[in-house]
Amino acid sequence: MNKLYIFLKYFFIVVWTVFVVAPFLWALTTSFKDFQSVNGGVTYIPWVDFEPNLEGWKVLIKSPAKGGVDIIEPYFNSLFVTCTASLISIILGTLSAYALSRYTFKAGFVKNNDITFFFISQRIMPPIVLSIPFFLFLSSINLLDSLTGLIVVYIVLLMPIAVWIMVDFFNKVPREIDETALIDGCNPYQAFLKVVLPNSIPGLIVAGMFCIIFGWIDFFFAFILTFTEVQLLPVKIVALNSSVTPWWSLSASALVSVAPLIIVAFIVERYLSKGNLSGAIK
Amino acid sequence: MNFKHKYFFLFPGLFVLIGILIFPIIFVVRLSLSGWNSYNPGLDYIGFENYIRLFTDDPRFWESFFRLSFLSVTTVILQYVIGFALAHMVWKDIKFKRFFRVLFLVPMMTTPVIMTVIWRTFFHESLGPVNDLLSVFGVAPKWLTDPVIAKFTVIIVEVWQWTPFMFLLLLAGLLSLPKEPFLAAAIDGASPVRKFIYVTFPLMAPISIGAIIIRLIEASKIMDTVYVLTSGGPGTSTETSSFYIFIKGLREFQMGYAASMSFTYLIIMIISLTIIAKVLTKVLLKE
Repeated sequence: MNKLYIFLKYFFIVVWTVFVVAPFLWALTTSFKDFQSVNGGVTYIPWVDFEPNLEGWKVLIKSPAKGGVDIIEPYFNSLFVTCTASLISIILGTLSAYALSRYTFKAGFVKNNDITFFFISQRIMPPIVLSIPFFLFLSSINLLDSLTGLIVVYIVLLMPIAVWIMVDFFNKVPREIDETALIDGCNPYQAFLKVVLPNSIPGLIVAGMFCIIFGWIDFFFAFILTFTEVQLLPVKIVALNSSVTPWWSLSASALVSVAPLIIVAFIVERYLSKGNLSGAIK
Repeated sequence: MNFKHKYFFLFPGLFVLIGILIFPIIFVVRLSLSGWNSYNPGLDYIGFENYIRLFTDDPRFWESFFRLSFLSVTTVILQYVIGFALAHMVWKDIKFKRFFRVLFLVPMMTTPVIMTVIWRTFFHESLGPVNDLLSVFGVAPKWLTDPVIAKFTVIIVEVWQWTPFMFLLLLAGLLSLPKEPFLAAAIDGASPVRKFIYVTFPLMAPISIGAIIIRLIEASKIMDTVYVLTSGGPGTSTETSSFYIFIKGLREFQMGYAASMSFTYLIIMIISLTIIAKVLTKVLLKE
């Protein structure tokens, strides 16, 4: 019984590992291929099945005039939009989450939980519902096809995540530490900045990571709200896909774009193992 | 604590969110009552014509909605089962525990559309590795061009992409469970299977409900994967509601009609998710 269980366990883990790794390996080998080894039948192992070359990677740094794919500018656009929107969302979300965790609000039948739910429920909103009014709204104030417009939209996507994680986190930070700070003569803002925030760094990091993930992987809004002036990375790569770009440079650019978030996976795992994520999902 | 300060903490975030959202939501409702299209862009008032058209004369919308329900429920069930199994396996000490934890998280960190571009080459019917390996068995499924198989390709890609999120939520839950019930079960000499059925699973029920609801919400938005993988095709066989609304609104510029669809879609989503949450709570918590 027990042996069978252990065997099944490792078998399943190995199968899943292969499934997870397969597309990455495929992209990695494809990025070193040339025309013959992509179109002349499927090849797998470099040096055995095909002679690897760096053409797919060289294209990434060439200028578009010389046949490069020009993903450097979209890369920095994506980084800038994601980081700015995450930062704003974290600042505003943390303040609101602190208020919702420490004070009681009451306006008619609306109480703390209802306000928290209002924040979080914005995730239910299908992007398509917002996209049409945002499209018309941003075009009426000339922010269509601009980084500012995208940042505004991303705040709506990311702030609910920040509030969701931070409310739970603040609920676990003991109230006594704010109360002690207040008795020691801090005003509430000082207490928040000097005492509560330093004690909430793990929560802030986790919330920040989630904001970065969900900002970085968005395609839909970037696709609908930008055209030529600004391009974000996912839009750029999908555009490459529909043009005549060969598989090898497509694979190389895809790998370059997913690489930075692998670091985020390590950070998330670290805080997960320490138990900092546990409260967030109840 | 002082009374006024709380508003200074709460309001910046709340007002920014309301400020950004209030206009779009009111506007969608108003737009849905207008005949705005590319010939006639403007907020005229045509009453409930769009809604009447939607409810009486547009089977394609309802088909796309049932397809979406099928896709999201199937993927979320698969994600839950696989995610729970994986989380349970790397919960206790196994060799290379942290390596597997990171590895199982990685897919959710990758941009869905970009990975879908890779999946497209992966499932390519003549040049992709899947059909090359399957040719050993003499089969060559049309992953992207067969109306039935294409749905399963979408499901495979979605399961790859988002099982890690389920895994993350469930592992976080498992790591937060109290130790005492497990000690008691160990003293009673319970087998692993019985321990799972009578201890782990009931303790995980509230977390499971949360995770399933979160994933259902996100899965109901399936759109970009479909757009890149099959563009809704072949025909309309993988078209989801969002994608259909996108075609009507931002490809054909029937803004008014698209707005009425998106408002209807939003209402249906809220109602069905509430019902699912209630049912799950009843079944899993036996309340």
